[in-house]
Amino acid sequence: MAVLAHAEAGEIAARLRSLALPDHQDLREPENGLVMLRGRIGGDGAPFNLGEATVSRAAVRLASGEVGFGYTLGRGREKARLIALCDALVQSRDFGAAVERDVIAPLREQLLARRRKVAAETAATKVDFYTMVRGEG
Amino acid sequence: MYVAVKGGERAIENAHRLLAHARRGDQSVPEVTLDQISEQLGLAVDRVMSEGSLYDRELAALAIKQARGDLIEAIFLVRAFRATLPRFGASEPVDTGAMRVQRRVSSTFKDIPGGQILGPTFDYTHRLLDPTLAEGFVPEAPATAEASTAATPRVTDILGRDGLIEPSPQAEAGASVGDLTREPLNFPADRDLRLQNLARGDEGFLLAMGYSTQRGYGRNHPFAGEIRFGEVEVEFAAEDVGFAVPLGAIELTECQMVNQFKGSATEAPSFTRGYGLAFGQSERKTMSMALVDRALRARELGEEALAPAQDEEFVMSHSDNVQATGFVEHLKLPHYVDFQSELGLLRKLRQEFAEANEAEPMKEAAE
Repeated sequence: MAVLAHAEAGEIAARLRSLALPDHQDLREPENGLVMLRGRIGGDGAPFNLGEATVSRAAVRLASGEVGFGYTLGRGREKARLIALCDALVQSRDFGAAVERDVIAPLREQLLARRRKVAAETAATKVDFYTMVRGEG
Repeated sequence: MYVAVKGGERAIENAHRLLAHARRGDQSVPEVTLDQISEQLGLAVDRVMSEGSLYDRELAALAIKQARGDLIEAIFLVRAFRATLPRFGASEPVDTGAMRVQRRVSSTFKDIPGGQILGPTFDYTHRLLDPTLAEGFVPEAPATAEASTAATPRVTDILGRDGLIEPSPQAEAGASVGDLTREPLNFPADRDLRLQNLARGDEGFLLAMGYSTQRGYGRNHPFAGEIRFGEVEVEFAAEDVGFAVPLGAIELTECQMVNQFKGSATEAPSFTRGYGLAFGQSERKTMSMALVDRALRARELGEEALAPAQDEEFVMSHSDNVQATGFVEHLKLPHYVDFQSELGLLRKLRQEFAEANEAEPMKEAAE
């Protein structure tokens, strides 16, 4: 589900449109709130409160009973609902494989491509040290 | 003394209308969009998120627009907004060791595993104004290179393996994490509260405090062990789900300051450390924070605490720019009654003074 949290609401919705979705209802209306983000002293020590982030959450139940939860950074309530719907669908025998194949897998590939691009651009700024012999240069 | 003052409603309403007009500026110039602020004034957005203590790029961009670019006003707006939302809980502590690093430099080791990665930085620019940026500038596509899959361990982890640097303090079992948005500050404050205070503290204030330690007011011989910037994943243990769910990624900057040694009869000397962490790409902020964090450990490390940066009550009570601006700027609100009473007192004193001076010569003459 980490892939979905990194995607835009519109991207998830567009992918879901290719599926004939089963009936479902909101178990928890999508809502906005805050999560206090924590770091660790020295990076690896005791936790401390760094500052908050906006978060959206929702819960969806399929007619067949599966319950899915959606959590994401930001105030995108619709995105939280779509994640909850996907979370419910992946648990269902009829839709699990299709959601993985048509929604999550392509979004994962898109996310990894974005990360590869940033990593390649970052790598080009890595310093190659060379040593000058005394008296040269 | 505060008393209700009536009147001025129309003036206030018209002043706000005029403000909206001034904010928009010349309407023949296109309006700035939130995307433009977020994308092209990204470091201002990072600062408003850090000191507003709320990670939300879009809200920070809106606050900057509403505040006409006054960042402290924008921070104030963001703080006020956060008070309107319920808190679902606290995240799992983020793992900065697993950061997808976009910049990572160390001034202590040339050959750190993972390498020195400059990333998008102002360092080594000539600080000459660039007229080509004034209009229509299209940047060259970034260079690319094969990315290494090697881990980028923290420099402090490398020093720690040989025991050359003190380990980070670990949490005691069951200890709660201090939160100054929930409980009022008490002194002495533990390091978790101090770091929370510094993380949302004013960059300019922390810069000056950090600088003062370098100039000798609480000297602690710092080296920038490592500065890293990049994305980390955030997880949240959601009660309804029953396990930690991924929330997505945030950008953070981390600074590990390595400082001069501490040892005792029973403990071998080792480097000490100061820590800085902030939202976004906030390098000056995290470096200053790490310097001040180390200075504030004077008591714990048995150092003489004589300098302002070592005085936690002084630092923590004055670091917050929303509090500071509130108290400084309230001076411009009506204080008519206060002032009338001062004026009355002053008139009385002056009258007494005049009477005393009039009486004096007569007394002399009588003698």
